[in-house]
Amino acid sequence: MIVRARHVPQMVIAIFLCAMAGGALLLEIPLPWVINDALVRLAMNGVLVLSLVPMLNVGIGINFGLPVAIVAGLLGLCLTVNWRLTGSLGFTMALALSTVIAVCLGEVYGRLLNRVRGREEITATFIGFSFIPLTNFFWATAPFTNPAMLWPIGGIGMRPTIGLKSYFAKILNTWMPLEIGPLTIPCGLLLFFGLCCLLVHLFFKTTPGLAILAIGENEGYARLCGIDVDRMRRLAVILSTVIGAVGICVYAQSYGFIELYDAPMMMAFPAASAILIGGSTTGRATVAQVVAGTFLFHTMYVLSGPLANDLLVPEMAEIFRLMMTTGVILFAMLHHGGRHARPSETL
Amino acid sequence: MQGLLRHYNPVTAVFVVLSLTALAVSGMRPVFVCNEVITRFIRDGVMVLALIIPITAGMGLNFAIVVGAICAQVGLILAVDYQLGGLESLALIMIVGVALSILLGYLIGLCLNRARGREMITTILIGFLATSMYQLIFMVGYGTIITPRNPEMMLSRGVGIRNMVDLDRFRNLLDSIWVLRFGEIEVPLFMLLVVCFMALGVNYILHTRLGRHFSAVGFSGNRVEALGLDPRLIRIKAIILSTVIACLGHIIFIQNIGMLNVYTAHLNTDIFSCAALLAGGATVTRAKVRHALFGIVLFHTLFVVSPQAGQNLFGNPALGEYFRSFVAYGTIAVALVLNAKNSDKLPRGPWK
Repeated sequence: MIVRARHVPQMVIAIFLCAMAGGALLLEIPLPWVINDALVRLAMNGVLVLSLVPMLNVGIGINFGLPVAIVAGLLGLCLTVNWRLTGSLGFTMALALSTVIAVCLGEVYGRLLNRVRGREEITATFIGFSFIPLTNFFWATAPFTNPAMLWPIGGIGMRPTIGLKSYFAKILNTWMPLEIGPLTIPCGLLLFFGLCCLLVHLFFKTTPGLAILAIGENEGYARLCGIDVDRMRRLAVILSTVIGAVGICVYAQSYGFIELYDAPMMMAFPAASAILIGGSTTGRATVAQVVAGTFLFHTMYVLSGPLANDLLVPEMAEIFRLMMTTGVILFAMLHHGGRHARPSETL
Repeated sequence: MQGLLRHYNPVTAVFVVLSLTALAVSGMRPVFVCNEVITRFIRDGVMVLALIIPITAGMGLNFAIVVGAICAQVGLILAVDYQLGGLESLALIMIVGVALSILLGYLIGLCLNRARGREMITTILIGFLATSMYQLIFMVGYGTIITPRNPEMMLSRGVGIRNMVDLDRFRNLLDSIWVLRFGEIEVPLFMLLVVCFMALGVNYILHTRLGRHFSAVGFSGNRVEALGLDPRLIRIKAIILSTVIACLGHIIFIQNIGMLNVYTAHLNTDIFSCAALLAGGATVTRAKVRHALFGIVLFHTLFVVSPQAGQNLFGNPALGEYFRSFVAYGTIAVALVLNAKNSDKLPRGPWK
């Protein structure tokens, strides 16, 4: 009974998508544009969603502290732009720097989360929330020197949005485009996303990956098997942070702008919603669920904008998206309490 | 030292030091700060009190007090829509708000009974969802499905309420009763008494039979079933009470401000209230009325002086602003991390 109830969000989203697709046909919104946009958004946000997988699998739950990872990525991007590195060199450098910063931040973040067993999700949320004003402080005072990033007047403090046009904007999007009639499939972007997915998938076949899965399955048993639970949990958090940092690099190059200050604050929620729509429970997630969930969620995003504009009040699209996002996460919280649930509720 | 740490919360100590430093750096006149803090004490006091009961019942910080605030705003918007004013309509707003909060509080309680062990994150999500629904009703529903009676509060396109609704009929309706002046310090005695009365009320509830049930559930969870109590029902009652108090608190808040920011006034009430309570020395598992009262004074002192302190220290008021939001979120994060450490000492089950 409840097994069927578990799939309610997917069914609602699927019905919703069908209705919206029908609406799009009626309003003659060009289909190639929709498919194109959906594919771009899938790969653009996919890596961020992928970053939730290690922490879900180790049993920590949804990483609502995604802003920590995003800030690591933003810092890497900003440093690259500060040194005026362009093209593929710039992007590679941004990825490398982000990874290094993410490993450092992830280590601290992991240690914090190891101290708050059983309450990781709420603590992660507030670590993420409080990290943002802290970094705002940094952005407003950091000694960056590239005038393209600083306020034009005064020359101190970063701008809220930094254009990447002359650096590495859309470098993956425009790499190896495949044109089929009116469709332009961004092969490079999809390939990069696919590579990330493959790496994560392969990681869970290795010894540390299997250990992480074992901890997620049954922590006590894993400990009896001689797995260093604390270390593995930290490893999962670091992995999540690194993938998240890479994710924001992909997002920023695709979007064409670096968004600083309060922008990353709420980014964890759409990502969480996407992975839950993909069918992951709050105890286990696979790469396939990430891809499916991100695709469904962002196709909904793509379609709902123009539809709401044409039909009713323009704000409605945004309100509806927010409702969907939080509704899905809330549903997941209520329907399977994960390892916190009592046995009678998980059946 | 150990004993001192156990009795005095480090968060409070940090707050005292920070507030005094910021006060000194800002160079603001103590009289002005005092007036501001009294105003904010009255404005936010009741809201903070709403958090105590759920903590006692073992559900942690109730971020869903946002829902109580939304109920209050619905009542106010209805009053403006029917063009009511004065004390009678304030009573009407309270009745509408309280009735709605009992209903919604019951629903939240049902939700939280399904999400045992992760109530706090669930209440955050409930708050977000309620905000979206509220926005949907008043931004889209008003003017399409619901016919407004007062065209003044509508947007010019005919659908949706303005962002800002003026409440001149309600502005400082209660604050202006029994105002005492000591030199430059103004004390609205009536409202101060209302806040103290609410504080005593919460304290009284905690000492009644029901209050004992709350702490029993908070202390031993499901084991109270052995005493013949239904923990689910008790938790629902705790949340209903919390939502109702939050609703009353938000009515006081808005009549003090005198303007209703229809879509944003209720946001962040949860974060600021939680931070204030924790600043006063409460933890996620233990909160008392005195923590709330002390916390509001401390937290708002820091809040009043920090922009000016930021200006004086760094020459940039925005930095003080970032510091403020860092304090609000950071307090909650620190309290969660610290509290988890303390709870290590409690006996655990086999795998936990």
